[in-house]
Amino acid sequence: MSELVVRDLQRSFGGVQAVGGVSFTLRSGNLLALIGPNGAGKSTCFNLLNGQLRPDSGSVKLDGMELVGLPPRRIWALGVGRTFQITATFASMTVAENVQMVLLSRARRLFGLWRPAAAQFREPALALLERVGMGSQADRPCGVLAYGDVKRVELAMALASEPTVLLMDEPTAGMAPAERLALMALTAELVRERGLAVLFTEHDMDAVFGHATRVLVLDRGRLIAEGSPDQVRANPRVQSVYLGGEA
Amino acid sequence: MSEPLLTVDGLQAWYGRAHILDGIALTVGRGEVVALMGRNGAGKTTTLKAIMGLVERRAASLRFDGRDLSALPAHRIARLGVGYVPEDRRIFADLTVEENLEVGRQPPRPGAPTWTPEKLFALFPNLAEMRGRRGTRMSGGEQQMLTLARTLMGNPSLLLLDEPSEGLAPLIVKQMADAVRRLKAEGLSVLLSEQSLSFASAVADRACVIETGRLRWTGTMAELLKDDGVRAAYLAV
Amino acid sequence: MSFLLVQALSGLATAATLFLVSSGLTIVFGVTRIVNFAHGSFYMVGAYAGWSLIERFGGTPAGFWGSVAAAALMMGVLGAAMEIGLLRRLYRSPELFQLLGTFGVVLVVQDLTAWAWGPEDLLGRRAPGLKGSVDILDQPFPLYDLVLIGLGPLVLGLLWLLFNRTRWGTLVRAATQDREMTSALGVDPARLFTGVLFLGCALAGLGGALQVPREAVTLHMDMAIVVEAFVVVVVGGMGSLTGAFLASLLIGQLQAFGILVFPQITLVIVFLFMAVVLVLRPHGLLGRADEAPPTAPAAVTVPLSAGPHAGAWALALLAVLAAAPLVAGDYALILLTEVVILALFAASLHLLIGLGGLVSFGHAAWFGLGAYGSALLVKHLGAPMPLALAGAPLLAGLGALVAGWFCVRRSGLYFAMLTLAFAQIVWSIAFQWYAVTGGDNGILGVWPSAWAAGKAAYYWLTLGLSGGALWLLRRAAFAPFGYALRAGRDSGLRAESVGIDVRRFQWMAFVLAGTAAGLAGGLYAFAKGSVFPTLLAVPQSVDALVMVLMGGIQTVAGPLAGAVAFHLLEAKVMSMTDWWRLALGLIIVALVLVFPKGIVGFLSGFRRRR
Repeated sequence: MSELVVRDLQRSFGGVQAVGGVSFTLRSGNLLALIGPNGAGKSTCFNLLNGQLRPDSGSVKLDGMELVGLPPRRIWALGVGRTFQITATFASMTVAENVQMVLLSRARRLFGLWRPAAAQFREPALALLERVGMGSQADRPCGVLAYGDVKRVELAMALASEPTVLLMDEPTAGMAPAERLALMALTAELVRERGLAVLFTEHDMDAVFGHATRVLVLDRGRLIAEGSPDQVRANPRVQSVYLGGEA
Repeated sequence: MSEPLLTVDGLQAWYGRAHILDGIALTVGRGEVVALMGRNGAGKTTTLKAIMGLVERRAASLRFDGRDLSALPAHRIARLGVGYVPEDRRIFADLTVEENLEVGRQPPRPGAPTWTPEKLFALFPNLAEMRGRRGTRMSGGEQQMLTLARTLMGNPSLLLLDEPSEGLAPLIVKQMADAVRRLKAEGLSVLLSEQSLSFASAVADRACVIETGRLRWTGTMAELLKDDGVRAAYLAV
Repeated sequence: MSFLLVQALSGLATAATLFLVSSGLTIVFGVTRIVNFAHGSFYMVGAYAGWSLIERFGGTPAGFWGSVAAAALMMGVLGAAMEIGLLRRLYRSPELFQLLGTFGVVLVVQDLTAWAWGPEDLLGRRAPGLKGSVDILDQPFPLYDLVLIGLGPLVLGLLWLLFNRTRWGTLVRAATQDREMTSALGVDPARLFTGVLFLGCALAGLGGALQVPREAVTLHMDMAIVVEAFVVVVVGGMGSLTGAFLASLLIGQLQAFGILVFPQITLVIVFLFMAVVLVLRPHGLLGRADEAPPTAPAAVTVPLSAGPHAGAWALALLAVLAAAPLVAGDYALILLTEVVILALFAASLHLLIGLGGLVSFGHAAWFGLGAYGSALLVKHLGAPMPLALAGAPLLAGLGALVAGWFCVRRSGLYFAMLTLAFAQIVWSIAFQWYAVTGGDNGILGVWPSAWAAGKAAYYWLTLGLSGGALWLLRRAAFAPFGYALRAGRDSGLRAESVGIDVRRFQWMAFVLAGTAAGLAGGLYAFAKGSVFPTLLAVPQSVDALVMVLMGGIQTVAGPLAGAVAFHLLEAKVMSMTDWWRLALGLIIVALVLVFPKGIVGFLSGFRRRR
């Protein structure tokens, strides 16, 4: 059982508060959705959690260990995986090689100068790709894949590091609706199967309310609601943020 | 009925390999305010950028005031009388308020209201008080006003207004709505993207609802307010 | 005391010229985001044109100043022409292509200038009315230099007025901040950019023409000034006019007083200053983080693959090459030896560019350091060839270890500038430390041991060592190390987030590439029997870049093909014409514009299409 405890996270840019006092707890088996209008601070929140940005104050603890101040690669090594809003894979490698890179990194074998990389960890990489439905495309260059398929590869890469916590920034952005639901269903399955703790942001409300176990609503850097999908949907404040209050 | 000021048909757009817009079609009549509605990520911003010629790759039939826009670069489109106000404001932060306006200045255009800094300062009194101030020292609402004023200096006949109310305090949102109504009264046509139903209903005549890059619904603002089904499907959480 | 004052004043005069030239460079960069290597060429041609005009009309003050202004305007027109003909096509290209394309212009201009004005240095007449000197605390100081000192702030003031009090200047400042938004407001970016190039190049031409009364007009002025202007622009913050002014003042003083304290290494001081500034203030004194966005590397979507039977082909090629001495004559063997050495040199650079996406503009430093390492061991310690050859990669690797630590801290253009700076440091040591390196005269008598003295024997030795090194580089490229390097290039963000320490891999690659280039340099020294500072100079670095580019960046075999094509072409063209630089410059421009994927990439694209 893993637990990510976020307490009073704050971060400003040039005097403007992007994230102002966000607190929540993420546990194994949770599929926690973070939603909110554009500019609410969702991506900033993610960047604070995985070490890309340093918070002005607040703490992020993984099973009691403070993550604030560590570089992204250390946080990754402690078991916090991440996928990006804009897909970022290694475009000059094949699909399988992308996953193999993560496995090599996990095994601390990256400094090898002699044995070809393509032959190392190929089997486990293929197994992971099979799991996300990309087995048949393992040897295609990652740079020519359809957008939705790249998102699957990213998921396989994230799984390859055997994370206990997975941060997914808009995992289905740019995908067709059917693809979105399939990917969310797969994610939900993985959460159950591996006891993952997942935090994800999402614009597609079907994806959010269909699969999330809990929902956090962020507006102008602050959490304005937290609860089960039904509770959040019924919350008048959430409705006003999404449909607009005053004019 | 005469030809609409802007006619968009079969608009496609891509970012890299991601296909963002798929067959958006809409029109904006002379003197009309049309709201482009949809959730985050539905493709509203991309639609406006694509009309303006600011996306890498697009395909469409685009007619504006009897001219074909589909092969023109952004600066030519702007000179024909299309004014673009981006959502992320993008004021020139090192330039003063007056200099920002100067960048937007274009010759007067027949059939469109002509703007001068003085006339704009009357419309946005806040700006008048800080004409020598640099953009770095302005609040979000002031920046939004400046972005709009800067575009108006080009004397456009059509305004593309991206998320004008986003991230603004309620009072500023109200000022913004007043400004849009004033512009309509001056004879400008406006296509604005908006997430806030209340803002859109306060200023727009018609609405187009898009979701995942496709047009889902189009009708008058009054019809949209009555249609719970559409709102629940495409706008609400 | 008075001596120090005069020294400070002469530093100010230097600073004025430096500012004129670097202000143009920084304005052009601010708007177009292109670092214009050819900027120094406009300075040089401005000086030549100014010399001709002043010879003819410069007898009166009006004629003199009119000539200076006319030369500046002419350079402005040429600059605008270059924008329309070349730069316009490069705005969306990777920085390697921009730097190389404008360097191609440097080469073309050098030969055209030599053709028009001849190779001799030209001494111009002095400015009428300003020929004398004034006494400052009993020390004479040239009157003309005083005028220059006043001219620096005057030009800064005029530029400030232009940018802050005219519509054109306002538009330029707006475009510097946000090109896209400016065009969305109806401003034609193309015309704005042409105007900016006119202004920038006119300033360079002005700086050049003003030098006529001060110093001889020579064909070396272009590289000397452009490298200094780079330093000024980088130190001041790219795109910042005031920064350029401040940096000019600092560097002018550094040079004026550096020459008193360390006359041998004034250039080193300047470049070390830049390296230190960049490490402490990564964006320069007055630059801002967003002034230099990481230019997008060419999107690489083709996986690096060995190709079928690559091993068999390599062995077959090796066998053919090894058999060459049986049929080839001495001249062909010498040529082949050089080709093999250059192939290793190019392949070592390819490791950085092709795998790491790190465009080094100073790779000759490690080649030259290897060559000098061998030569110094032979000359000063009487080392036998095997020992001297072993010293070559060692010295180069050590140099790369130190320089690499600085360089990999920055990416993109700044990386290119830093590598250039370190190459210039090494070059200036070789050039100025006469007692040890022989300066311009180089080191002669670096001959192989008796057993390797024959042309065939030395060729086999070269083939064995280079082949071995190439094989190691190739293994590394396909090993996890090479993949990690590519991962950092493809997406640094993703690489860091899966535990890859990108900077560390880049550093390691820098050292590896430097070591391999050092070995090539050592072999080259013994092949030629001598070493000269040119081995470390910018053109040598550019040769390597052209080889890599000719072969294509995205193929492992590319650099080898590039080295062969380049060296044979060089030998062929050089034997036919004196205008080698002109030809090479045109080839570079054509490569950049027409074959962005290089020879091997072009051929494989051609194969795929068929």
